[in-house]
Parts: sequence; C-alpha cells; structure tokens
Amino acid sequence: MILNVADLSFRYNSHPVLQDVGCTASPGEIVAILGPNGAGKTTLLRCLNAMLRPRTGTIMLGEQDILSLSRREIAQSMAYVPQHIEPPKVTAFDAILLGRRPWIGWDMRRDDVLKVQSIIDQLGLANLAMRHVDAMSGGELQKVAIARALVQEPRVLLLDEPTSSLDLKNQHGIMQFIRSIVRIHRLTALMTMHDLNLALHYADKFVLVKEGRVFGAGGEEIITPEMIEEVYGIPVTIERLCGRHVVVPRSEQTDELQGDLIPSRQVTSM
Amino acid sequence: MHLDISTTTEPLVYTGYLRRKALVLVGSLVFLVVLSFISIGVGSVMLPVEDVWQTLLYHTSGNAEMIIWNIRLPRVLSAIVCGAGLAAAGVVMQSVLRNPLSSPYTLGVSQAAAFGAAFAITSLGAGTLGRMLTDAIVVNNPWLVTVCAFIASLGATVVILLVAKYRTTSPEVMILVGVALAALFTAGTTFLQYFSSAEQIAAIVFWTFGDIGRATWNDLVIIVLVVVPCILYFLLRRWDYNALDSGDEIAKSLGIHVERVRTIAMFLSSLIAAVVVSFLGIIGFIGLVSPHMVRRVIGDDQRYLFPVSCVVGGIILLAADTVARIIIAPAVLPVGVLTAFLGAPLFLYLLIRGNRS
Repeated sequence: MILNVADLSFRYNSHPVLQDVGCTASPGEIVAILGPNGAGKTTLLRCLNAMLRPRTGTIMLGEQDILSLSRREIAQSMAYVPQHIEPPKVTAFDAILLGRRPWIGWDMRRDDVLKVQSIIDQLGLANLAMRHVDAMSGGELQKVAIARALVQEPRVLLLDEPTSSLDLKNQHGIMQFIRSIVRIHRLTALMTMHDLNLALHYADKFVLVKEGRVFGAGGEEIITPEMIEEVYGIPVTIERLCGRHVVVPRSEQTDELQGDLIPSRQVTSM
Repeated sequence: MHLDISTTTEPLVYTGYLRRKALVLVGSLVFLVVLSFISIGVGSVMLPVEDVWQTLLYHTSGNAEMIIWNIRLPRVLSAIVCGAGLAAAGVVMQSVLRNPLSSPYTLGVSQAAAFGAAFAITSLGAGTLGRMLTDAIVVNNPWLVTVCAFIASLGATVVILLVAKYRTTSPEVMILVGVALAALFTAGTTFLQYFSSAEQIAAIVFWTFGDIGRATWNDLVIIVLVVVPCILYFLLRRWDYNALDSGDEIAKSLGIHVERVRTIAMFLSSLIAAVVVSFLGIIGFIGLVSPHMVRRVIGDDQRYLFPVSCVVGGIILLAADTVARIIIAPAVLPVGVLTAFLGAPLFLYLLIRGNRS
C-alpha cells in the first residue's frame, strides 16, 4: 500500500520544525530520510504515525487518512522502532510479544504466541528468545526491536537510525535483515539515516531534508555532489567503487587524491 | 503484513516459562490463605486452627465466635486488602514513573493523605479523638475523611506528575521531591497537632504510625469498594504498563495513550493510598518491598509481577500485623513500625546499589 505524505507541517511551540514536507513510499521499498542533525528527520518519522500530531498536511496510506484513525488503528498498520531502546527486564519472547498489544483485548490468545514464534523462526532469533533483553548487545537488541515491530503485522515500518549504535558488521547485518523482510513481506519502510553510504547501498529511494524542508526526493540519481553539498554544507565526491556509489567528503587532501582513491576511503562515512 | 502460523509449532519453552510464573501466583495465593487461618488464631487469646475453621464454617457460639467475627476477621481481611492495595499502588507507580524507588510512601503521597485525613478529623469534625491509646481515633464520617485524604494526596500526585513531565528526572531526584512533599505534609499534620490537647496529640502520633486494629467491618466495606476496583483496573491495563516499561516512544507506537494511562494510574494509586491511610494510618514501604521481592523471583513482566505483588503485599502486611500482635503481647505494636524496619533497609539497599543495574 502506497504511503503518500503531502504538505506536512509541524512546530514545537512556535518553532517550526517541518514545513510543507511531502514524500511517497511504495511497498517493498526502503526510503531513507537523510539530512544533517536537527533537520527534522526524527520529527518527520514521528509525525508519520501521529505520535506527534502535524499541524497541517495529509498522510494517506492507500485510501486511508492516517490522521483520522485512532492510536490503536494506527498501531495496527504502522510499526515504529525508536533510536534508543530502553530494555526492560523481560525475555526477548516477552518483549516481542508486546508487539501484539494493538491486537490484544483482555489477554493474548494462542495465535499471538504462535505469531511471535513464527517471527522468531523467520528471523532466526531462536537462540535469543529466552534471554533477557537487558543483557543483550546493541545488535541483538535491535533485532528484537525489529521483531517486535514486525509481529505488529504492520504495512508500514518506521525506523529511527536503525544502525546508529552498531559496529560495521552489525550495521550491514541489520540493513540486510531489514531489506529482506521488506521485500518478502512487501512492507513500506521509511528510515532516518546518517550514514550516506549505508543508505546508498540499501535504500531504494531518498528524501533529503534540511531545516524542516524537503530538498530532494527520488532514486539514486538525486544523490549528486551538488545536492549533498547543499544539504550537508560539505563538498563531496561521489565515486564508483566495487560496483556501488560511495560518497567521499572532500578535503584539500582528498582533492589531490581524486580519481585515485586509496582503499581505506571505502568505509568513509559522514 | 500477515504472519502465517499454520506451520508454526507451539513454543513449549515459553509456555513452560509462563506456567512456572503462574505457579508462583497460585503458590503465593495458597500461602496467603494458610497464613490467614493462622493469623486469625493468633493474638492475646490464642485459638487453635480447628476452632478457627469450625467458627468460620459453622458459626459456633462463645468467645471464639466473638473474637473471630468481631475482631480478628475484619483485621485479617483489612491487612490483606490494604497490603494488596499498597503493593498495587507501588508497582504501578514504579511502572508509569519508570522509577524503581516509587511507592505511595517514598513519594510523600501517604503523608499527604495523612494530613488530609487529620485535617478532616480535627478541623471538620469527621472524627473524635479517643481518650485511650488503643482506640486512638473514632471516625464518625469515614467518607469525609477519605475524601479529604484523597484531595490532599492528589495534591502531592499532581506535583509528582508535573515534575515528571517538565523535567527528565532521575529516580533519585524524584525521591527528593517525595522527601520535600513528605516534609511539607508532615509539618501540616504537626501544625494540626499543635492546636490539639495532650490526649489528642498522643492519639494523632499513634495514628500516624499505622495500625490495622482499628478497622471495623464498615471501614472494610469502604476499603474494599475502593481498592478492589482499582486493582481490577490495573490488572486490565497490565499490557499498557508493560509497554510503558519499554519507554514512552514504543508505548505510543503501540497505540497507547501514554499521558492518559500515566495520569489515571497515578490518580488511582493515590486514591488507594488515601483510603488506606484514612482507616489505618501511614503504613510505609509495603508498596516498595513487595514488588521488589517479586521482581527478584519472576522478573518485570507486569502480567505476573502485578498480581503476585498484590498477593505478596497482602502476605507481608498480614504477617507483619500477626507478629505485631504477639511480639509484645498483650499489647499490640503498631504495624507501621514493623514494616518500616523491614522496608527502610531495602530502600537503602536499592539506593546504594543504584537503580536498574
């Protein structure tokens, strides 16, 4: 189901954070929301599932106006994974089961438990299931949080900086993990990201945000050195390396090296 | 997205894990029932368990009948209901404030309620102060006392909610807020004492210790009418409290009205504290001790933590009261003294260890 955002504006008190933001996301697609710190990326994500109530604008999921739905109805179609997860002292199974909350009345049913088991099987988390989440590493915690979001059976998956606290291996592990579930379940995924190269590698579409406005939206073609410089205020070169595009910040030193990148630059990130 | 569960097999490890937690609940309930029978028989007049059994079932006549039905039974039931209520208030406050040190007593809500009740008794004529220490206060108008206690405890609760909302407070800072509130309301109670006669002062002092012996059947009815619906409501909301334990953001994204849940939980907790304090005086630390004991055994899952904490709260208060009845027999020690001996060291331990290790 296509998510269509138009003319979205939001302000904290009198301070405008988002102004006339619009974007589109389709099923099976990862949309990366990019931009410098304080651009309003996280605010945008929180507006999408009405955790923050936008002042103006529409958010249409297919034919449905998200802003007209109740909290619970929104939770039944949109799942959210925050950047900072405060792990409670429960097992991973319990933590994932919490994702069934929007569907639970008085108490969980057998189906709810089976759905948790099914997602644990699908994601290969069986060895984590009975461990306590407060004793888990960042990568494990992130997987549990994503499993919790998926067991909500959402149509839209919103992730805030899913890789920010992870090491290189876990960054790619989590992104591959997200990409495969988005493809298999035809989810519409939107995530804020800092790492441009990670975004270039895994996302299908990009939304560039600066000072609460959308500077550009579209496929890989919009990630140009001019656009990055305008949004992030830093000159960059985009190189092709090992079959993928890599954004390299340009200092005087790298200017000299242009076209002759040393291998260690591959992992340069913003 | 739809999860296909046609080929999923039952997670036996998990269901077994839940069954063990359910067993803890059943076990604690059985223990509570057994303790109740023992407790009914214990006091300045000792009654064997068979007599207790006979009297409860067949209404025999004589001394045992009188002691059990008029004195012991309302006392035991009050201890259970109030202990459960205080534990419920504690565990819910700990969850919605995300602060393991919360309880009606440590946040000053009980002290506020005591002030409100004392105000109703001394200034609004809702009660007369007894001449003897053993019947410290005779409450003529229990509803008025409860309402005044509730209004005062609401005052404390509003302050706590405002602090929690406008500042990202660490648990320790919140406890300091509680200290300030407790000091304020205790000073208020002292102010009321200052204008009372010598007997009245003694009576109020005795009353602020907390004692279960003064609950009558009529009081018990009011206590049950307030505490039991609150506990049922909390039980209904256990999934929401679980979600809040994972943080406000996750709770909101799961469709929960976080602010509403938090406000209602705090108001109902202070209502429980108010009604308990109105009839029994201040009984400290039950709301802190029982959830922490239970957390140790079955973890933080509210689905089990909440009901087991309630039962354990009932057990602790009943056990403390039973000991209080025999420790300096024939006199009776105020139970608040005993719970403070039990709770204060644990509170210190939690502070030193640092919360949520």
